[in-house]
Formats: sequence, structure tokens, C-alpha cells
Amino acid sequence: MSSEQLILPTPAPLLSRKGWATFLMVLIAVCLVAPLLNLLVPQSSIFHMSDFAVLLIGKIMCFAICALAMDLIWGYTGILSLGHGLFFALGGYAMGMYLMRQIGLEGNYKSELPDFMVFLDWKTLPWHWTGSASFVFQMAMVILAPGLLALVFGFFAFRSRIKGVYFSIITQALTYAAMLLFFRNETGFGGNNGFTDFKRILDIPVTSQNTRMVLFVITGAVLLGFYLFSRWLVQSKFGRVLQAIRDAETRVMFSGYNPVSYKLTIWVISAVMCGVAGALYVPQVGIINPSEMSPANSIEIAIWAAVGGRATLIGPIVGAFLVNGAKSWFTVAFPEYWLYFLGAMFIAVTLFLPQGIVGLVRKIIGKNRMEGKA
Amino acid sequence: MVHKTISIFKTAVSIASVLVAFQVHALTTIEAKSIALGETDARIEALNKAMLVADEKTSEFVQAVADDMVKISGDNVFIVKDAKAFDPVTGAEVQLPAALEDIINNNRMRGELDTALAALKLFNKDESIRAAAIQALLKDPDEAKLPLLDKALSAETVLALKSQLTLARAAAMLGSADKSKRMEAAKALAESKDPATQLLLNDRLKIETEPDVKAQLQTSLTKIQSTLGLGDKLGIVFTGISLGSILLLAALGLAITYGLMGVINMAHGELIMIGAYATYMVQGLFRNYLPGVFDWYLIAAIPVAFMTSALVGVALERSVIRFLYGRPLETLLATWGISLMLMQLVRSIFGAQNVGVENPSWMSGGLAVLPNLSLPYNRIFIVLFAVLVLVGVWLLISKTRLGLFVRGVTQNRPIASCMGVNTARIDTYAFALGSGIAGLAGCALSQIGNVGPDLGQSYIVDSFMVVVLGGVGQLAGTVYAAMGLGILNKFLEGWAGAVLAKIAILVFIIIFIQKRPQGIFAMKGRSAEA
Repeated sequence: MSSEQLILPTPAPLLSRKGWATFLMVLIAVCLVAPLLNLLVPQSSIFHMSDFAVLLIGKIMCFAICALAMDLIWGYTGILSLGHGLFFALGGYAMGMYLMRQIGLEGNYKSELPDFMVFLDWKTLPWHWTGSASFVFQMAMVILAPGLLALVFGFFAFRSRIKGVYFSIITQALTYAAMLLFFRNETGFGGNNGFTDFKRILDIPVTSQNTRMVLFVITGAVLLGFYLFSRWLVQSKFGRVLQAIRDAETRVMFSGYNPVSYKLTIWVISAVMCGVAGALYVPQVGIINPSEMSPANSIEIAIWAAVGGRATLIGPIVGAFLVNGAKSWFTVAFPEYWLYFLGAMFIAVTLFLPQGIVGLVRKIIGKNRMEGKA
Repeated sequence: MVHKTISIFKTAVSIASVLVAFQVHALTTIEAKSIALGETDARIEALNKAMLVADEKTSEFVQAVADDMVKISGDNVFIVKDAKAFDPVTGAEVQLPAALEDIINNNRMRGELDTALAALKLFNKDESIRAAAIQALLKDPDEAKLPLLDKALSAETVLALKSQLTLARAAAMLGSADKSKRMEAAKALAESKDPATQLLLNDRLKIETEPDVKAQLQTSLTKIQSTLGLGDKLGIVFTGISLGSILLLAALGLAITYGLMGVINMAHGELIMIGAYATYMVQGLFRNYLPGVFDWYLIAAIPVAFMTSALVGVALERSVIRFLYGRPLETLLATWGISLMLMQLVRSIFGAQNVGVENPSWMSGGLAVLPNLSLPYNRIFIVLFAVLVLVGVWLLISKTRLGLFVRGVTQNRPIASCMGVNTARIDTYAFALGSGIAGLAGCALSQIGNVGPDLGQSYIVDSFMVVVLGGVGQLAGTVYAAMGLGILNKFLEGWAGAVLAKIAILVFIIIFIQKRPQGIFAMKGRSAEA
């Protein structure tokens, strides 16, 4: 890891030598070791990676992308969004629409239309489903839908200088409104039930072990790619301005910068990252419904980032793994106590760990080094 | 005025006719015989004739015929009860004749008997039975019942029932073969403000052939519709005000903790829920230990709900929130965590299901303002309660020493501290006050909705919207925002449905905030960081 100095005359390398080594190891682990352990090692072996583990880690990697996106906007720019669940869900829905069309005639009603439309007695596809049969078009929508929404919303919000808690609450209202809208059958997104029962992606069966593994590898690669991208972004001049906006927006303005374009750019990037995460998430878990947009989900993204450590990039990824790992263990072992634990985590992290776990670890390492030098 | 004169005249005529009728013997043997014997047509005619002068003997006899207790022996009619025979006219017991025959009532006859019995109920001593009988006749108007209705009208003393009877009379006349009578009825019905009348007129309009009457029907309908429209509009305004009061109650506590203190309390909804559960507990105590005064449990629940939520609020402030002053985003996350824990706690103690909180009996029912506008008492209670709480908070903030301190600390913390105000204590008090008001809101909400662990979640977004829209640091803004949102929401619901209305409101708020980022009432200041 590179040092986290803010006032550097020359740009720091993207990653230190040690950092690149770790990065490559993780890349190999995700792209080679995991598929080998899952597909080639026999199930009886202790080294076998179960399908459940593939699904769980794949899912958490999607969440980690969200946490990374949240870190860019909250950790580096100081804007707490409570609407990232909406962008995640929009990406998921864009992917889900394509997957619904891939079901073809194999639905319960043997119709060209998705089952829920037959159920609603619709005869033709609504206008917003026009391009849904094309993979390329829907992949473009994965980026465009959250991106455009973020652009329009962010433009108005940042232009009228809405910030801090006001912005957080308005984003929450936005995702809440969207959730209500998607819950309606008339909206044409399957209402309460959303999309499920997917059969194929690109004409390949979506539930087969191989497809799952491919999705897993893609998710891992995207996560690592986004990490490098974010790293590059925050070390660039652009990233420095973002941090300056976080620390003293008025002074940035007085120095001749226009914070609106900076905030808007990072806001849209962050939203698109969430959309991509959603699109990767849906084929793996096999369902998308409006509850993904509930305000609670969006706040949870913030807690992943906070637990790991804000403005560290690696922290939110660690946080996403820790919190979601704990969740999947708790909800099986002590379902009653999960909310206590989650709630306590919210409180403990804000009160005692403002820098998150990564901050704590760095502090300890720093202390040891000082003592070693002395 | 003319109408009134006519109706007085009518009443006079019908009283006269009844007097005439009473001079003759009410039920004669011949009548009894003609009702019991002969062809169905003749019997029905006799029955209807007898109904005009119905007295108690007649109704007893008709009831007996309907119950198959009337027997005949040759040419004589008897009411047979417990193997004893009675004379239907005098009621005296007579010798049981040897050869008794049943009378046969076919379906048509039975139908007539039932209507006759129903009509006789118009003269029952019980007011509610009379009211039900009038309603039945209103639904199924029949011209043949006109004389009967006239008689009932003259005998009726209760004002409300009298107007209902007039209506029923007009409805019966509407089916008359006489054109002038139909005209008169159509005119009279225009005075009614009942949705049922509208239906009646519409039905007649479909089959009416005379153009004059048709025109009159149309005019009457328009008139009724305008009255009904007024009622509907007032109804929407009232439900809007009632929703606004609910929002106000939910948001008022938040206006203090967020607006005055700048604390984002995401657990505010859970404090409302705790107030509702406190009400539930008080209700349980009253039911078990003081069942005699159960109806007044709500009065006792109000201070209990306030105190419970206020104490929880103090605990939160002392243990968590005071460490986070000046870090609103962290406060948001920490209080969200608190809300999760409180919800789970309530779920562990009371179960995940909703608990039942009953309205006290004085709160059930409603105040009928117009025939199609009835204001439920529990909604009226909420509105009044919200007003009381608002006045209380306003007095507390603007007139008391504590309020002065709270305002001082809000405006300038260091200076207030320099003046000797214990700012930390004021923070705690203010937070307790905001939480207590949330408890009051919970107590009120328990009377109109479900009480469950998720109660608070459904109000938190709404209450934040109200406070944000109203502007921070202003109670007046909160009031305007709550009422405005409540009424706007109900009007939108009228033509767009509940969900779309809610979405429209949220979008409206988002757009509004663009225009006025500080809410309706902005705090004026020169700070660049505002």
C-alpha cells in the first residue's frame, strides 16, 4: 500500500511494488484458483470450493463494488448518498429485463411475453421493453439508466448547492419513491415479485455450474478493475480536488474551482459502478425485486464503507466482506440477534472507529514502526 | 317556504284521514276474513286496504297469517296459539272448533305479507326499527305504500326520521302513473342530500318518457350532485387535515431534535413506536385492573407515552448522540443502528405481529355533517390533539426559561455557554422533549392504525420530508409543510391513487428543495457555509 499523504509534489505510483504483488495474487486467486477449486477438485476433497461459497463470495463481490462506489462519493467527496441501492437496483433491473426475454417460450404461460405480463393480460410489450431482447442494448442500459438518473438528479441537486444531510435525505426520498413506483404492476417491472426464474444468458443456461463460475470470475475482475480505476482517480488532480471539496468546499470555490462539475462527475461514476454491480448480482442470485430499493439497503452500503474505513478504497471492500460474511453467518446461527449486531456495529463504528478497521490497522502498524525506529 | 306550507297542509290532511280511519273499527271480522280467504288477488287487495288503517290488532293478525297460525273453520277465522283459538278482532279466547283447516299462502302472498309486516314496522315503538323500515322502503319504493307513508309521516315525531319518511314518500311517488305527481316528487327529491336519492333519480331517469319530468329529474340530479360534490370536497379537505395532523405530530419532535439541535435522529420513528407500545401497555393494565374506567385509559396513556419515549430519548442522548454533535452524517448512521436495535428489541418482547389497541368507546362512530360526509371521532381527536401538542410546544419554546435556553443554544452555543447556560444539559432536555413528543405521536397513531415493530419505519421518511420542506429551525414551517403535504396528498390520491400520489409528493419535494434549499422558511444569516 502506498502512503496516504495528501500533499505530494509528484504523483505517487498507482500501487507500490508490494501493492502490485498483492493485487496480482488476488487476481490469480479469483480468476484461476477459485475456478479450479470449484470445477476440477472433487467434491469430497477438503480443498473443494462449494457452489454455495461461489454464490456467497460472488454476491459479496458485487456488494464490495457498491461499497467502493460509496467510498468515492462519501469517503473522498464527503457526500453521503442514501440512494445507492436505487442505482444498484436499476442496473439489476436492466439486466433482469434481458434475462426475462431470454426465457422465451419456456415460461409458465408459454408466451413470448414475460409471465407477469401475461398474468396482467397485456398483449404487447410496453415501450420501455423495446430493446430488451438485445444483450448489447440492455448492457448499455445497465450503464445509462443509473448514469442518466444520477446525472439529472445530481445536476439539479448540486447546482442548488444542496449538501450534507439534506442531500442524504433527498436521495433517500428518491429511492423510496422509486421503490413505490416499482412495486406497482403498471410500471411494467413485475411489481412485488420483480423478475425471477431466469433460464439463460446469451443462450447459455444461467444456473449451470460453469456459467456461475464465469459470472464469478467476471465479477471479481470487474471489482479489481474498479479498484485500480478508483485508485487512479483519487490520486489524480481530479481526486485531490474532490478531497478538497470534502474538507472545505467554500475554500475550493474561492480558489476558482467550480465544485458542481467535480461533484457531478464523481456522483455519476459512483452511480454507474453501482449499476454494474447490480447487473452482475442479478444473474448470480437469480432474482431482482423492488425491496432492493428499500432505504435500509442503501444505508447498509454506507455501513460497509464505514466499517472498513472511509477514504481508503481497500477498506470498503474489506468492510463489505466482513459485514456480509457476518450477516450470512448470523442469520443462520442466531437469526434473532442479527439486527442487534448490525445496529451495534453502526453505533460502535461511528463512535469508536471513525477510520474503520483499515484505519485501526494502519494506526497499529504506524505505532509499531515508530517504536521500532525509536 | 312554499314547500313547508305544502308539507304542513299534507300533514293536516293525513292526520284527518287517520282520524276518520280510527272512527271506523280498525280490523273488522269481514276484513280478517277477506285477508285470510279467497283468491290471492282479492286477499292482497284486502291486505293493502287493511294496512291503511293498521292498528295493533291488524299487525298481530297479519303476523299470524304470515306465521301460519291462522286457521279457518267453515267461514270463521281464528288465530290458533298453543291449541287455543282466539278471535282475531276482539282477541278473546273462543272455543276451539273441531274441524280446522290451514290457509294456504303462496309465494306471492308471502311476499306481500312480508312487505306489509315491514311497513307495519313504521309504527313500531323502537326508533331504530322504524329507521330500518324507512330505509327498506326507500330502497324499494312502491306507489301502493303511499297512503301508509302518509300515515306514518303524521305519526312520526323524531325529526330525522320524518325527513327520511318525506324522502321515502317522494321516492314512492316517483313511480306514480300520474305525471304531475312524478314532477312533484322529482322537485321534492332535489332537497335531499343523500347519495341514495341520486341513485333513485338516475334509475327513474332511465325509464322516464315524459320530457317535462325528465328535465325536472335532470335539474334535481344536478342540484344533488353539487351538494354531494361539496360534501366530497369537504371530506377530502378533512382527511387531508387529519393526515396533516398525523404528519405534524410525527414531525414536530423531529423539528425540535433536527431543526433546533441539528441532530439527525433516524430512530425518531422508533420513538413513535415506543409511544404506541406504551399506550398498548397502559391499555392492558386498565383492562386487567381497572375495567370499570377502561374508556379513559387513553388519558392515562398520554403522559405515560410521553415519559417512556422521553426517557428512552435521554438514554440515547447521554449514551450515543452527545458524542456525535456536529457530525450529522455519523449521527445519521449511529441513530439508524439504534433504530434497528429498538425494532428488534420490541420484536423480541412483544412479538413480530401487530398488537391490538382498541379505541375507547367514546371515540368510535362519527359526526355526520352532511349525508355523505361523516367525520370519524378518532380523526377529530387526532386533529385536536395535534393542535394541543403544537400549542404546548410553542408555549414551551417561546414562553418558558427552558425554551429561552434552547433557542439561545440553537442560535449561538459558545455565547450561550459563556452566559452560564449549561449547554449539555439543555441538549439533553431538548432531546428528551423531542422524543417525548414522538411518544405522544405514537399514542395518537395507535388509535388510527396498526401498532407493530415496523410502525416507525413508515413515518420516518415522511417526517423528514415535512421538516426539510418546512425549513430547519422553524416550528411554523413544520406546521405549514405538514398541513400542505397532507391536503395535497389527499387531493392527488383522488385522481391518481395512493401510491402515485405519494410518488408525486416525493418528486414535488425534491423539486421544491431545488428552488428553496432551505425550506419554506429559511433561517437568515450571512454564513458562507449555510
